[in-house]
Amino acid sequence: MAILGAINPILTVDIEGGNAWRLDDYVKRGGYAALKRIMAEKMPPAQLIEEMKKSGLRGRGGAGFPTGLKWSFMPKDFKGEKYIVCNSDEGEPGTFKDRDILSFNPHSVIEGMVIAAYAVGAVRGYNYIHGEIWEVYKRFEEALDEARAAGFVGKNILGSGFDFELFAHHGYGAYICGEESALLESIEGKKGQPRFKPPFPASVGLYGKPTTINNTETFAAVPFALNMGPQNYLEAGKPNNGGTKLFSVSGHVNRPGNYEVPLGTPFMKLLEMAGGMRGGRKLKACIPGGSSAPVLPAEIISECTMDYDSISKAGSMLGSGAVIVMDETTCMVKALERLSFFYYEESCGQCTPCREGTNWMYKVVHRIETGLGRPEDLDLLGSVTKQIMGRTICALGDAASMPVQSFIKHFRDEFAYHIEHKKCLVPLDVQRSGSGFFKATV
Amino acid sequence: MLTQESITRIDREVAKYPADQKQSAIMAALAIAQEEKGWLPSEAIEFVANYLGMPPIAAYEVASFYNMYDLQPVGKYKLTVCTNLPCMLSGGVDAGEYLKKKLGIGYNETTPDGKITLKEGECMGACGDAPVMLVNNRRMCSCMQPEQIDKLLAELE
Repeated sequence: MAILGAINPILTVDIEGGNAWRLDDYVKRGGYAALKRIMAEKMPPAQLIEEMKKSGLRGRGGAGFPTGLKWSFMPKDFKGEKYIVCNSDEGEPGTFKDRDILSFNPHSVIEGMVIAAYAVGAVRGYNYIHGEIWEVYKRFEEALDEARAAGFVGKNILGSGFDFELFAHHGYGAYICGEESALLESIEGKKGQPRFKPPFPASVGLYGKPTTINNTETFAAVPFALNMGPQNYLEAGKPNNGGTKLFSVSGHVNRPGNYEVPLGTPFMKLLEMAGGMRGGRKLKACIPGGSSAPVLPAEIISECTMDYDSISKAGSMLGSGAVIVMDETTCMVKALERLSFFYYEESCGQCTPCREGTNWMYKVVHRIETGLGRPEDLDLLGSVTKQIMGRTICALGDAASMPVQSFIKHFRDEFAYHIEHKKCLVPLDVQRSGSGFFKATV
Repeated sequence: MLTQESITRIDREVAKYPADQKQSAIMAALAIAQEEKGWLPSEAIEFVANYLGMPPIAAYEVASFYNMYDLQPVGKYKLTVCTNLPCMLSGGVDAGEYLKKKLGIGYNETTPDGKITLKEGECMGACGDAPVMLVNNRRMCSCMQPEQIDKLLAELE
């Protein structure tokens, strides 16, 4: 996999060569220039944070929180260690951008983390990398060795007197660790169960110390935003939605992959870049921001532009930029059944509404899918989601509920057909043709 | 209980964390122990816990929480297939069914010769490359159409 297409790219320029991930190559592309400038000028951290605010960069992990503002929450006169953590625990179904950033441009993440550490006064950092991508973890460690050897990480960085140690932490298979406080628990060597907030990590984070956590793509964007200037970065996207974004397009398209485009690019343009619909079939629905984002039917998503505000107005979330495309061969009940199984499987078990609720949601959707649904099931599912949402420590309960609500809201007829006729509205052989597996023999 | 090589690797992980936070290395230490033993028998969990100075039950909590640890023996090769929605749309479920048929086993089962254990996995963060599968937690195999699966199985012979 690689970056398959782009419009006015920033993060993924010239990273196609096999050695782009190496330090030399990154430096040739202007890498570490932002860090060098900050160190040479001894730029005041407050000014750096101000520049990040101006750039309009918002968290790329899903919540879209303004990065500069997040950094400004770190206490300035704290006595003791502060930490920087990068969230590369990319497990939101549909999302696979951070893997490519770490594979092809790991030094941009390292540079972004060092700059962030300088801005908030952190002395130590960790990049928490998704368990299933061992090869990427090994590469990041190699890139870190290069950065250490070149004096960009470690003691007295570039002779400035600023110290920052950075390490990689390898996950081992738990979706919940993408939630920032669960991730911190996991680095501490515990089960990844989210913490109650507040206090937020900026006050009580890793090992109980002030901690800033950002997503991989967010850190990667930092050096670029500073090099091109905050105003230019902002203008590369649209107001309140600065810069470009990597979109991971998966599902029923001809060229699934990552695409870097300015925020505000029309959905239909992105779909066209991804080679259009597989087999020329008709678009049925799209989950625009990872599996936790509400699904949107074709007629709504077709009118959207890909930015935080437009997708939110349409009733969904841009989330992590994971665009899951479904065509007319998709049985929406089966699609929801698989997602519900995922949340049931990945609920950490800490909060009763989520632990029990995700189980019940899966059971009920499963019985509808297998022809045992009851007429009252749709209302039952709706009431279960209401019992979960807002009643749990973290957002996984909400994330499990939103697909259930949105699938039923937009495709109620299909669910009702299943219950009444005990079978799919979409014939099984049609469903089977959608995946493209066995294409050689069909 | 563990070889010197494994201990050396664990020490390298311990060094990443503050001196009073050795427990942070538990995930890596368990992964290293599993790599050596093929799975995680309770003696290995206890050994690692003692080595890091934490209660064995705390190490067991970690081992049983994260799904890439194997608390039961697995075959020489553990094949984990992602069947989550984005993969399903591009053949992930079909790939799992194809493997079941070829190997004559279901999910969470091992071939009679002890060679291959088949597992159904959750999102591996590689949805654009579907169908995706993981060999022994380490090697990710992308775009696994029938032909590529056959090739992989032949290679694992």
